[in-house]
Amino acid sequence: MDSTVQAENGRALGGTDLQGVGVTTGLVLLLLAAAGVALSVGRYPVGFWDLLTIAGGWVGIGPGRAGVGETDWRVVELVRAPRVLVAALCGAGLALAGATLQGIFRNPLVGPQMIGVSSGAAFGGALAILLVLGAAALIGLAFVFGLLAVMIVYLVSRQDGRSPILMLVLAGVVVSALFGALVSLLTYLADPNDTLPAIVFWLMGSFAVANFTKVAIVAGALVLFGLPLLMMRFGINLLSLGDEEAEALGVPVERTRWIALICVTAITASTVAIAGIVGWVGLVVPHLARMIVGPDHRRLLPASALLGASYMIAVDTVARTLTPAEIPLGVLTAIIGAPIFGILLRRTQRKGWEA
Amino acid sequence: MIAARDIGFRYPRNDAWVFQGLSFEIEAGQIFGILGPNGRGKTTLLKCLVGLIKTSTGTLHLPDAIGYVPQGFSTPFAYTAMDIVLMGRARQIGTFGSPRAHDRAIAAAALADLGIERFANRLVTSLSGGERQMVLIARALASEAPIMILDEPTAALDFRNQSIVLHVLHRLSRERGLTIVMTTHHPQHALEIADAALLLQDGDRHAVGPIAQTLTEGHLSDLYGLPVRAAEFDHGDRRSTAMIPVLHSARQAAP
Repeated sequence: MDSTVQAENGRALGGTDLQGVGVTTGLVLLLLAAAGVALSVGRYPVGFWDLLTIAGGWVGIGPGRAGVGETDWRVVELVRAPRVLVAALCGAGLALAGATLQGIFRNPLVGPQMIGVSSGAAFGGALAILLVLGAAALIGLAFVFGLLAVMIVYLVSRQDGRSPILMLVLAGVVVSALFGALVSLLTYLADPNDTLPAIVFWLMGSFAVANFTKVAIVAGALVLFGLPLLMMRFGINLLSLGDEEAEALGVPVERTRWIALICVTAITASTVAIAGIVGWVGLVVPHLARMIVGPDHRRLLPASALLGASYMIAVDTVARTLTPAEIPLGVLTAIIGAPIFGILLRRTQRKGWEA
Repeated sequence: MIAARDIGFRYPRNDAWVFQGLSFEIEAGQIFGILGPNGRGKTTLLKCLVGLIKTSTGTLHLPDAIGYVPQGFSTPFAYTAMDIVLMGRARQIGTFGSPRAHDRAIAAAALADLGIERFANRLVTSLSGGERQMVLIARALASEAPIMILDEPTAALDFRNQSIVLHVLHRLSRERGLTIVMTTHHPQHALEIADAALLLQDGDRHAVGPIAQTLTEGHLSDLYGLPVRAAEFDHGDRRSTAMIPVLHSARQAAP
């Protein structure tokens, strides 16, 4: 299909405010449907009406908990609900981070993983586990090293005030390799009976031990750092014009970009701290969202967040139901994300970045 | 509007001046052309005037807001013409704001003023070079800056589009009192619409003044290092001048 036509279709969908509302409603319904399925399926299936009764209780309609079996309630509210919430928040955050990075680096091929944030954050988190510093330090170190990694990539890739695509990808590879090696060093130093498995399983990524504390951490990061990103989404449009053009239009380029980078790093680091390295979501989801609403970041950012939440819930549901043992999340997102990315690469190689 | 006194520019850790000792004034409502051979600092001077880089010496007074029209788009994203024109409102909207109905109305009016409102929902990637140029001019117009600075606005355009763009610039200057600064490689474009011109020659050699006194056969022959002849045309209601380089002697010509 011709990608220009596709993009124009996408924009027609979001063309007027009314149609924009339609797209948003569709994405919200998709999210609710994904959450509903995720809450109901699993090793202990919960029927649709029981689920509806429990959900009704959350909003004060119907008997709620009293209307269903104790086990159904426990499975849905205490086990699956926090997991689905963490997955949704992480997916939304990663997709939002990816869409922002693609805008400010003016390059649809970057994602939180490719520019080194993830590997930097992974090193920080692994360091915290190795030194048994506790959960708060894990998040803090994940953030500090995630930001450090981005700064290195940014400085290495910058030529004459610009970050060309090749330099950006190469710098990302370099920094990811560096922090990957440092993570290997940490696992080598780790205690095989204690910290080593903790680091390894944490890195593979999982929402398996989700609880409401984790929900609160990711939700807090999203509110603190996601809202500023959503507020500055017109500014991200401006940054995507390039430094000189944006500056000539009156945008404080460096300041705006750094605010955005810090927000992206904080969101990514919080997801890495909670769920390990969940790659490809931040790269693939913004592309899918761009096909639906077009490249305007005013629509793309919220659409990416909604779609990312649905995507993550769906992938996590597959991860815990496809086989008797759970498939590590990071493995599954890569297995799904890499082919999609490959197809996008080939397609855009021919068509340019219109969709 | 713009006052330059003895300005010069050279890159850090480089002894050679890109330009030096430039003094000129651009008055409000003027159309001001900047001409000169390749590599003599036209683009660098333009960046100084837009405020993207700072001059190394001298004083340069610039207005607070400038509408800048680059040679083309460099974004990889296929925005609509309306999205692009809305970005002209960046100064009024700010980093954390979003365009409001008022901004959309101004952007729509800018498109309508240039007669390209039909492009509003078209992807800029699907527009021709001339159409893109008009969208970029509309964006500068939407910024409501009193001055528009254009980097070779006619460089990649065919005859018809060159004429359309020049006509629009002339009209904006006369109707709105907009100050317009443009670089160009076509002396006749400056002759058609400009009030004054700056000829950038070597490092510290330049000529500036009213168009009739700067864009002469002698000055242009000197500037480009080959004989240039003026041809007069009588259109009935007005006269125009074209500057034509004498091709056969270009190779051995000396300034």
